[in-house]
Amino acid sequence: MRLGVRRREQRFQDAFLQCASCRKTLFRREFDQGMMVCPNCGHHHRLNAKTRIEYTFDEGSFVEEDTDIQSVDTLSFPDYQSKLDQAISKTGQPDGIVSGMAKLEENPVAVAVSDFGFMGGSMGSLAGEKITRTLERAADKKIPAIVFCASGGARMQEGLLSLMQMAKTTAAVERCRSVGAPFIAVFTDPTMAGVLASYASVADVILSEPRALIGFAGTRVSKQAQVVKIPDDFQTAEWVLRHGFIDRIVPRREMRDTLSDLCRLLGGRK
Amino acid sequence: MTQPKSWKEWEKPLIELDEALAKLRERSVTATEEERHKIDETIKASEQRRDKYIEKKYANLTPWEKVLVARAEPRPYTLDYINALFTNFIELQGDRLFGQDHAIVGGPAALDGQPVMVLGHQKGRNIQERQMRNFAMSKPEGYRKAIRLFQMADRFSMPIITLVDTPAADPGVESESRGISEAIADSMLAMFEVKVPIVSVVIGEGGSGGAIGIGIGNTVLMQEHSVYSVIPPEGCAAILWRDASLGPEASAALRLTAQHALEMSLIDGIIPEPFGGAHRDPIEAATLLKEAVQKALKPLLKQKPDALKAARYSRYRALGKIG
Repeated sequence: MRLGVRRREQRFQDAFLQCASCRKTLFRREFDQGMMVCPNCGHHHRLNAKTRIEYTFDEGSFVEEDTDIQSVDTLSFPDYQSKLDQAISKTGQPDGIVSGMAKLEENPVAVAVSDFGFMGGSMGSLAGEKITRTLERAADKKIPAIVFCASGGARMQEGLLSLMQMAKTTAAVERCRSVGAPFIAVFTDPTMAGVLASYASVADVILSEPRALIGFAGTRVSKQAQVVKIPDDFQTAEWVLRHGFIDRIVPRREMRDTLSDLCRLLGGRK
Repeated sequence: MTQPKSWKEWEKPLIELDEALAKLRERSVTATEEERHKIDETIKASEQRRDKYIEKKYANLTPWEKVLVARAEPRPYTLDYINALFTNFIELQGDRLFGQDHAIVGGPAALDGQPVMVLGHQKGRNIQERQMRNFAMSKPEGYRKAIRLFQMADRFSMPIITLVDTPAADPGVESESRGISEAIADSMLAMFEVKVPIVSVVIGEGGSGGAIGIGIGNTVLMQEHSVYSVIPPEGCAAILWRDASLGPEASAALRLTAQHALEMSLIDGIIPEPFGGAHRDPIEAATLLKEAVQKALKPLLKQKPDALKAARYSRYRALGKIG
């Protein structure tokens, strides 16, 4: 009897889910076909790196690189190793960044995709190295680099090492610029702090998914530091667009076409 | 063990001792020969006691105590050092885009006759100045002024010297609306683009993005009792343990001291401070800083412009620990 209930519950969960924003019950099949965007309110649900790659690049074109490296707990920071282990088993990835080579309408691109599900997509030594290698691959081959950002900021469990990744990744952007390899950043929910204040903000073109949270300080910190009323849409993609710091807000279903057009137009110095 | 809340907690006996010593010295001037001899001996003994106390305390500062020393109000600030190290400093103001930010000061100056561009975060000493300087928390216009000065230095082949001393970049709504993240990133980018030598020194608080925004260098140094951290220890404690009062524990976990930074090869050297910290003898602190900057600059001045830029890339490319 109990088993039966559980099985029925399971079947229900397989077929339906609830929108994280408007709470409406949705058909899973419809939801998946719509790239995990709520058909009711348009909320773009967070994606893991693998799904993002499937949605964006030519089918089967992605070849993962940088799989030979892993995070180390250099500082012996309290609970860091156990949090790493948990995140690794949860995501099946060694870090929040998946990097490699892919194709967009047959044209090669160097890509890195951040996964917020892995310790909040925080940037430690490994993430910094993968972003840097991605940008260097683009610079070496003079092809576009595309980075999907999703991060709470620098990874504090690696202390100053993490802060230095801001400098390292920014230096790699300079390398792309000097050889004329286009760098396109896509902000997804959320893109914050140390990632926003480094390589991400100096991309040639910055796109964002609708309503993504984008900011330097945590919203709570900003509010504490302020006496004036905070606008309702503070630190959303729409607010940041209005203030002139991103180029376009692109819905998920149009992202692939927009990226592929941009890559073709900017091309890269041949 | 209860942790101190301020550097004053352990410097209080020192301050009292110094005051008592000053009084004794005064008395010694007008005293008779016999009395003077006695007073001088008392002075000598007290001085020895004081020095022993300082030696013991400052050789064993905990990471948290280093944070407190790095934040101590009498510690020399950027303008104190600029005035002591350079001649003919001319402050240049404004980002030519929005406004003038007093949290970062900068301009051309001469270091023993060598023209340089010097720039740093500036804290305030009293309430009015602290407000004007925004507690050395720079807004976007501060970093954009920095970019302007870095590029100017590049045009006129002037070495760049930056002094880092900020709790963090300004986190307010205004700063967000004018793109504080973009300003910091762009400032770092400008520091990677220039082809002149850059020496950067953390002289107090190296507070995360706000610090590294002007902290890129061919050579990066830290003063002996300065700190450099990815997040303020109180903030780290609030996130990890939901208790901002655990700053002392977070300080130890973050390894934010100059000694730790050198151990991890993230900086190129530590500049010694006078006995008892830079605040005890600002003049001596400035002398030691000047010597270190000159020593760092000397080999860089011999390098070719392209080599300087390439060396900066290699330096940062190598940072990070992976398995």
